[in-house]
Amino acid sequence: MEKLYLNRKFIILGLFLFTGIIFIIRLFYIQVMAENYILSANNNVLRYITQYPARGLIYDRNGKLLVYNEAAYDMMVIPREVKAMDTSEFCRLLGITVNHFRERLTQARRYSSYKPSVFESQINRENFGALQEKMFMFHGFFVQPRTLRSYSYPAAAHMLGYIGEASPSIIAQSPYYKASDYIGISGIEKSYETELRGRKGMKIRVVDVHNRDMGSFQEGHYDTISLPGRDLWSSIDVDLQILGEELMRNKKGSIVAIEPSSGEVLCLVSSPSYDPNLLVGRIRNHNFSLLSADSINIPLFNRALMATYPPGSTFKTVNALVGLQEGVITASTRFGCPGGFALGNGHVVGCHDHAGPLDLEESIQHSCNTYYCRVFKSILEKDGFYATDKDFNIWRNHILSFGLGKRIGLDLPSELSGNIPSSAYYDKYYGKNRWRSLTVISLAIGQGEVLVTPVQLANMTTVIANRGYYIIPHVIKGVGQPDSVNRTLMEKHFCTVDPGYFDVVVDGMEKVVLAGTATNARLDSISICAKTGTAQNPHGDNHSIFIAFAPKDNPKIAISVIVENAGWGASWAAPIASLMIEQYLKGEVKRSELKERMMNGNLIKP
Amino acid sequence: MRREYGIFHRIDWVMVFLYLALVLFGWINIYAAVYDESQPSIFDLSQRYGKQMVWIAAALLLAIVTLAIDPKFFSQFAWLIYSGLIGVLILVIFIGRDISGARSWLHIGSVAIQPAEFAKMATALVVAKYLSKMDLNLKKVQTWMKATILILFPALLILLQRDMGSALVFLAFILVFYRFGMSGLVLIALVAMPVIGILALLINKLILIGILFAGAVFFYFMTQRKFRHLMIVLVIFLGSVGYVFSVDYAVNHILQPHQRERINVLIGKTSDLKGAGYNVNQSLIAIGSGQILGKGFLHGTQTKYNFVPEQSTDFIFCTVGEEWGFLGSIVLIVLYLILFIRILTVAERQRSKFCRVYGYSVASILFFHFAINIGMTLGLMPVIGIPLPFLSYGGSSLWAFTILLFIFIRQDAYRLELV
Ligand SMILES: [Zn+2]
Repeated sequence: MEKLYLNRKFIILGLFLFTGIIFIIRLFYIQVMAENYILSANNNVLRYITQYPARGLIYDRNGKLLVYNEAAYDMMVIPREVKAMDTSEFCRLLGITVNHFRERLTQARRYSSYKPSVFESQINRENFGALQEKMFMFHGFFVQPRTLRSYSYPAAAHMLGYIGEASPSIIAQSPYYKASDYIGISGIEKSYETELRGRKGMKIRVVDVHNRDMGSFQEGHYDTISLPGRDLWSSIDVDLQILGEELMRNKKGSIVAIEPSSGEVLCLVSSPSYDPNLLVGRIRNHNFSLLSADSINIPLFNRALMATYPPGSTFKTVNALVGLQEGVITASTRFGCPGGFALGNGHVVGCHDHAGPLDLEESIQHSCNTYYCRVFKSILEKDGFYATDKDFNIWRNHILSFGLGKRIGLDLPSELSGNIPSSAYYDKYYGKNRWRSLTVISLAIGQGEVLVTPVQLANMTTVIANRGYYIIPHVIKGVGQPDSVNRTLMEKHFCTVDPGYFDVVVDGMEKVVLAGTATNARLDSISICAKTGTAQNPHGDNHSIFIAFAPKDNPKIAISVIVENAGWGASWAAPIASLMIEQYLKGEVKRSELKERMMNGNLIKP
Repeated sequence: MRREYGIFHRIDWVMVFLYLALVLFGWINIYAAVYDESQPSIFDLSQRYGKQMVWIAAALLLAIVTLAIDPKFFSQFAWLIYSGLIGVLILVIFIGRDISGARSWLHIGSVAIQPAEFAKMATALVVAKYLSKMDLNLKKVQTWMKATILILFPALLILLQRDMGSALVFLAFILVFYRFGMSGLVLIALVAMPVIGILALLINKLILIGILFAGAVFFYFMTQRKFRHLMIVLVIFLGSVGYVFSVDYAVNHILQPHQRERINVLIGKTSDLKGAGYNVNQSLIAIGSGQILGKGFLHGTQTKYNFVPEQSTDFIFCTVGEEWGFLGSIVLIVLYLILFIRILTVAERQRSKFCRVYGYSVASILFFHFAINIGMTLGLMPVIGIPLPFLSYGGSSLWAFTILLFIFIRQDAYRLELV
């Protein structure tokens, strides 16, 4: 009877085979085709632990430590391991509110219940000390050592810059940075980020389902070792920097000093400034908003690189050199000064009272406006009255070769280019061939559209000190070891004026201090060459400007000082520059009375 | 006049070798699944792999004992064995101990036994005994009703122990019944039932009843529209409606919450990866991360570090998939298929109907375990905790499967003498 159902043997056999084939197809899909399971598996068991290297230290030119690291601690949490505990005690030790505690725990839970996340970052050593003894009471919490930047001197904040957590846009751009990594945000910290940060290491640990450490992954084969950041040697003289900041106290402005022979920046003062220790750790955000909100002092604004001023009469030195180079004057060319230079339309560029007629040297010594209007007019009319455009461009190219009107390429971020107007600008403003030398005559005395930054002004002074060239200014002279700076930075950038023309201008600048407009900058034992300037300020009192270098032969320091709203150049800027030169060349300031007077001057109007 | 032979005389070595291969493969996978670096010896009796070694040794002893028993014993004492185990199953309901929600364990000294595992073997014997009766009318519905009662009885007792997985396995006998003459419609109904059942949970019951009614009307007009047909269609329709409501009731009132969640996850109603869906998801991750060649013996991470639950028992296939990869998994599946086909082939060559039916029962029971267990780890079946034959950790299931198979091997060795 049952033989009737023999075919059913094959149906059952078919069912077995069919099931087996379904399983094999399914296995093929999840084991061979799908990629996501291996990723999920790694997410399950692998924990990537970042090894943060110590950030490089920063020294000044004399080996004094400027920036170092101090231990800080991130409180980490693994939400699902958190057990009932004394929350109020925990909050008290951490200095947070219970509400904040709940909020952060919810956030951490949202991120992952079994992966660690930062609960509270950058706990300082004092708080950590109190916490450490009681950590055993708080299951699910642990501390991860991090470092905080610390500054030996409350100085050079703008130049040193600060670090902060990498923003989402940085993380999106660079694969190196992950959330809660630190990155240099301004100053040296930003421009030397790669050198300072070193390289993060990564340890891969295997964990079980309870997040217990089960050892290293593949005997550490895929682990990477962290490389410590490289130390930097700055060219800054921290004593000079501190003196500069003290002299500029309660004043707006800037002091930039450069060693002419090397381009090394000796100080970079921007005032008002702030204590760099304010922008560290957990207090950073609070202080940052306070500093940004200060609209009177604008302490975060780095004037040395970002403020632009008309150079005023300091510009006459360059115009004299261009005049000599273009052959429109010689050292002995004399012009009389009838108290001003008439523009022919009833307007006069006024000059102050001085003896005359003056030769070139004396024109610098006494800063004669008439002399420079005539020099500038001659430059722009060299090829005839109607060739203004051509001659203007010749003049402009000379000026640009002094490192003006463009970013000079300092090794710091956020440098501005200033402005040396082009003929195209005037063509647009007045119309093609509708402007002549007298139209733009204010350029002769450094007023009008010409704008320079303090660092450009110092660099221009360097060109004169070097009699014809500059080396791109830089604040770092050693990476990894002192004086190891890249040789290409030492390349000499020659200006378009022949070295032979400089002597007469330098002699004139010497007389400025000896018997000219800035006798208050005189230093008995050192020959200082200088030029005063006054930048017209349509918004208030004029800015006091002073450029100088010393000694006259084989100069060691070139300096620009700008004091906003301080009136004419010799009033504040000249004595300050003189004190800075004294400090740098003598190692101390003997004229303490002058120093006190400068330091105590308050030129900031509320 | 039967001559006495040695116990290995004429035994089917193909089945024996497949059995040994699966058991050993199971052992090393249990070792890998619960591998503890501080207890590296596979013979360490404090670990599951050490214990499994003891279970295997005992199983081999049981196999030899089974091979030594008079082959006629099983057919002659089928009813006695069956009754005995029914008695034990009833006993378990009263004196058994609860282990993870089920009261299915009997403790004899320090050894815990799961009588449900052995009940399958007893039922296989009694079903074979019943279907091999000379005067059985295979055309009569009553014959199959009686046969069904034979399997429902132990199944219900096991269900009372809240061990749904083991109870479900008794459905395997439907395949046996089908092979020996039960109407194919029953098989179709068995396929239709889960489909309607899932729909009952997924869609509005009134809409589903509407669909069933439309189907009934359509079906009635397809027939000769006699009163008899109307009655049949009506009975089937009402039965379906009753089934829809009972499924709903069973899922929402009888099943335990974790089982209900598992069903909801399986039919796609919920997808809670941290709750009930966690098991299946972790199982898929473990198997999927094995890729083509696997991570290598003892190099699996998902099972070793306990991401997969029950990794040595119900989810042992995850370790296979993770460490041995696609190739290893295929080899295992093919080994099982060869074993099933071999059992069927050997069953078909029996002269005794008792042996034929018993052989089919063995193949069907092993197949059901295989299909439900691996289907579960691959996310194709609901999470029903039943062991993978010969591989999963555990003494009871290994011993029960061993006896089940070796009774068949024993009888096959004497197929020429047994009629
Ligand atoms: Zn004059």
